[in-house]
Amino acid sequence: MLQVILRRLLMSVPLVFVVTFLTFFLNSLAPGDLASTILGADAPREQYLALRAEMGLDRPLVMQYLGWAGHALQGNLGVSYFTQESVLSLVNARLGVSLSIMAGVLVVCLSVGLLLGVASALKGGWVGRAIDAFSLVGLIFPSFWLALVLISVFAVTLRWFPATGYTMFSDSPKDWAMSLVLPIFSVAMYSITSIAKQTRDAMTDVMGRDFIRALRACGLPERSVIWKHALRNAALPVVTVLGLVMIGAISGTVFVERVFVLPGLGSLAVSAALNKDILLLQGVTLYFTLMTVAINLLVDLSYGWLNPKVRVS
Amino acid sequence: MSAVVSVSSQGQPVGFVRRLLSRPLAVLALVWLILLVVLAIGAPVLVSLDPLDQDLLAIKQLPSAAHWLGTDALGRDVFSRTVYGITVTLTGVLEAVLISAFLSIGLGVSAGYFGGRWDRWVQQYVSLVQSLPTMLILLAVLSLFGQDMLPAMVTLGIMGSAGVSRVLRSVTLAVREELYIAAARISGLSDVHIIVRHVLPRIAGPVIVQLSLFSAIAVIVQTGISFLGLGVAPPAPTWGSSIYEAAASLNDFPWLLVPSGGVVALTVLAFGLLGDSLRDASTESWSRPAVRQKVQARQAVKPTDIPAGSLLSMRDVCIAAGERTLVHGVSFDLKQGETLGIVGESGSGKTLTSLSLMGLLSPGVNVTSGTAVIAGEVIDLSDEKRLAQLRGATVGMIFQEPMAALDPCFTIGHQLAEVIRLQNLPETQVQAKVIELLEQVKIPNARDVAARYPHQISGGMAQRVGIARALASEPKILLADEPTTALDVTVQAEILALLRSLGQSRQMAVVLVTHDWGVVADICDRAMVLRHGKVLESATVVDLFHRPQHPYTRALLAANPHSAKPGDVLPTVDEQLMKMTGDAT
Amino acid sequence: MSTKPLLQVQDVRVDFAQGKGQVFQALKGVSLDIHPGETVGLVGESGSGKTTMGRVILGLTEATSGQILFDGEDITHASRARRRTLGRDIQVVFQDPYGSLNPARTVGDTLAEPLLSDKSLSPQDRAQRIAEVLQRVGMPVDTAQRYPGQFSGGQRQRIAIARAVIAKPRLIVCDEPVSALDLSVQAQVLNLLKELQQSMGLAMLFISHDLTVVRHVSHRTVVLYRGDIVEQGGAGQVHDHPQHPYTRALLAAAPVPDPLIQRERRARFDLARQALAAVA
Repeated sequence: MLQVILRRLLMSVPLVFVVTFLTFFLNSLAPGDLASTILGADAPREQYLALRAEMGLDRPLVMQYLGWAGHALQGNLGVSYFTQESVLSLVNARLGVSLSIMAGVLVVCLSVGLLLGVASALKGGWVGRAIDAFSLVGLIFPSFWLALVLISVFAVTLRWFPATGYTMFSDSPKDWAMSLVLPIFSVAMYSITSIAKQTRDAMTDVMGRDFIRALRACGLPERSVIWKHALRNAALPVVTVLGLVMIGAISGTVFVERVFVLPGLGSLAVSAALNKDILLLQGVTLYFTLMTVAINLLVDLSYGWLNPKVRVS
Repeated sequence: MSAVVSVSSQGQPVGFVRRLLSRPLAVLALVWLILLVVLAIGAPVLVSLDPLDQDLLAIKQLPSAAHWLGTDALGRDVFSRTVYGITVTLTGVLEAVLISAFLSIGLGVSAGYFGGRWDRWVQQYVSLVQSLPTMLILLAVLSLFGQDMLPAMVTLGIMGSAGVSRVLRSVTLAVREELYIAAARISGLSDVHIIVRHVLPRIAGPVIVQLSLFSAIAVIVQTGISFLGLGVAPPAPTWGSSIYEAAASLNDFPWLLVPSGGVVALTVLAFGLLGDSLRDASTESWSRPAVRQKVQARQAVKPTDIPAGSLLSMRDVCIAAGERTLVHGVSFDLKQGETLGIVGESGSGKTLTSLSLMGLLSPGVNVTSGTAVIAGEVIDLSDEKRLAQLRGATVGMIFQEPMAALDPCFTIGHQLAEVIRLQNLPETQVQAKVIELLEQVKIPNARDVAARYPHQISGGMAQRVGIARALASEPKILLADEPTTALDVTVQAEILALLRSLGQSRQMAVVLVTHDWGVVADICDRAMVLRHGKVLESATVVDLFHRPQHPYTRALLAANPHSAKPGDVLPTVDEQLMKMTGDAT
Repeated sequence: MSTKPLLQVQDVRVDFAQGKGQVFQALKGVSLDIHPGETVGLVGESGSGKTTMGRVILGLTEATSGQILFDGEDITHASRARRRTLGRDIQVVFQDPYGSLNPARTVGDTLAEPLLSDKSLSPQDRAQRIAEVLQRVGMPVDTAQRYPGQFSGGQRQRIAIARAVIAKPRLIVCDEPVSALDLSVQAQVLNLLKELQQSMGLAMLFISHDLTVVRHVSHRTVVLYRGDIVEQGGAGQVHDHPQHPYTRALLAAAPVPDPLIQRERRARFDLARQALAAVA
């Protein structure tokens, strides 16, 4: 098991570097740089060059990146040029919201998705088709559109949940939960569908295998055959997809946080991009990448535990 | 894997285009997409109202004759705005798909076919790209090229190609493993030639499926980008901006959500259906999964000719799959301690007969008539409920592929204990019985083996475990379906000896299904010859081998290389039958 | 036979890396010869290395050490280009009649493949040869236009044999060619192989797990056990008077299709096993 963790961490190091360098590089291509943006277009050239040198913008790109990376490792992500606040404190403040959403999405898509998938695999006929049709909803509508529909129905019309805004857990746990329900479901719809589909495929495949028939031949009750043996075997391919689905959910939060006006990393990323706030975008990217690494690690561990061939080696 | 090639009733492969067009949903999807293209190209001509035309006297109106989809918050016609937004969406999708196709085919096929270091590099690259937070990268690109969709779509294409190339790589790998590829290489075809001739046709289907699914994703991403106000210079109408405007009017005019989301959904659905329909045709995944239909149990009719002392009797078993009858009226009797061999070739119905007693026929295959009499109790074979109750405790079964009959996720000991627990023994006795069973099937180091997983034991040992598991509930009848076919001959001899001794010591009635006449001669007391679902002959083994009655039995015995004189031309079955009966079969 | 051997396998070793520095030795220094027009039977169970031997000769697996000489030429590490031309001299018949023919291509297309590297043949020549070889293996003329899916296992195997002989090779490696076929069809295919060998003067390496089938078609038999040759000699000799304990065990274990004889054999087999257990 330790090997699994070490291997994933080792593979993640280049990932973090590649992603952060990529965004750094892309930002560097922007016309004009930070210095010219701060001073304005018609600032005197010497002042501009002096500021450039002071900010280190005249060094080669790789050196600039390494400088950023060096600082980042020490916990210094620089300062947002737009708000003058420390990038680190800005992203830290928003981390909780995004993590809450992601955790909620994980729980929802695993529970609902698995159930739908198993039901769809076992019940042919119209029940199966009905589930398929329902699952389709999450797949074909954009998450932000679904968010708007959910708001329209549950917030504006029924008034069960708040339409926008976020309450901190420390202020009121109940309000915190209520403010997250609609956002979580908006993001999770797509994930539920993917998981349901994958579970259905995996279950159908497993149910056709020899050992299922052999287990029935031993006289084992059907519920044991399905929920203990079949699901356990189907879990393996589902887990491998779960990682991708959750990484996709990260992208989903970007839109949904904007619609619900939630102070999470996703909405921060959008405003950073719109304001060309490079260092802030860099910081958010780093955090998102770390979240991805964590997800991949969890998937690896789950897979290693579930797969006997990995568990015993 | 069946993948792209499915076969028509005449055995010819049916092209994927033809298959696609035979499915109504796929046709609808294509029609919708073509409609979009036509509208986009012909917009200036086909749509009368200007999408940018504001009419502040007619804001927020529901659909009417003048405005087919109503008007928005500035009085602009929603229908024309939607139509004019098609171009942006479809060009974006096209850009992303082209890049994705080019990269994924190149990387996927080369990695899967050539393997080695290049394959490892590609896999690392793919893992890396799949771990990238897509929207973040896109946002970075968009902050750079704010008003231009092309760079973002190219980036999306590059990132999306990772997932697609993974699929194409595994398809290519599967094809590369096929024997006809090895034969082609031996025959002297070059790699390029093999890829063009054998690999590309096989991946054409998966490529279309994956690219369709990717297109669906591209539509959503592209809509999202324009929703955020990026990628397109305002005030050009886009589907994403329509959704944004719908958000602004959410409180008092939610209707706007419908056309803006609906058109996106329909387009995504169209792409998705194209991909799914194709995948359906080859792997049956979205369409009906194979579920056994519940049948009404027929009233059991007690047969009148059951011999005394018979433990198991089957009468007039008929099994059919739809219109085709697979087994025509098979009957036999078996005493305890006796072993009956059911001998036949592939398609003779021998396995189906044994499965029918367990009620474990595949979905779509049903017993049309048949009665079993077990220790005096008369059961109609359509009574699946009763048959299910007999499994394990009365009738046990072992299967042809020993490794595949064990659940790979649980240890041997766990799987045995599970069956033992069905007898409601106290837990301490359960563990002891596990070891006892393993020792009875002559597995050395029983405790060690009990802690192992199926992938850690050999085929012969797996079959012993299968036998132990079948015997755990102490059944009176044992069905063995080709139990040694997949094993080496030295291992086979031991398993057969084991079956023989256990059958005798426990006085079980054993039904052994096989195609191997040597196995029949080894452990069976009586044997029954099946051909095309009919019983040709049934006798004691000595009688069957030394005095075969039916011409087919005689021909089969004569054609056996094990009986023939070495060096002679082997008498073939057709020749034999012609000689004996005077007509060709 | 006093003629020079067509194929000489000299001290070939094949190791497969298992990861973590472990190595699986599939063949541990094996030597054998095949003379022109001769059938050599290679017998072994799973893990014996018999399939690996076939693959090494065909160039599908690399030998770790040792040499393979074909007509005096060292082909052990032959280049890709040379391997392609070797396809005209060394051919193969696989065990699985379903996997060895591409279901998406007509039989004619598949049969044409071994002829493609011969540039001197025109498409008409190829069609002619295809028709001839189909007749030779006893398949109807229109087979070339049809797809493999329309044929039974035995028929497909005959098509596979047709593909193997169409370029008039000198050596054919048959990897368990009848193991996946029904008994009623095995005889036909075995007869066909023997007939073709005699009329075309082919050399054959007949790989099988069944000593009796091998005895039926081979001139000489080689018995492999865990990567080593444990016995070799005339096919009749090895089958009727086996010397090595493993060969004897193999023969004793295989059940004979005659219940009275088998009863005796079983009794002897049980005694032998008990004796072995008492000693071990």
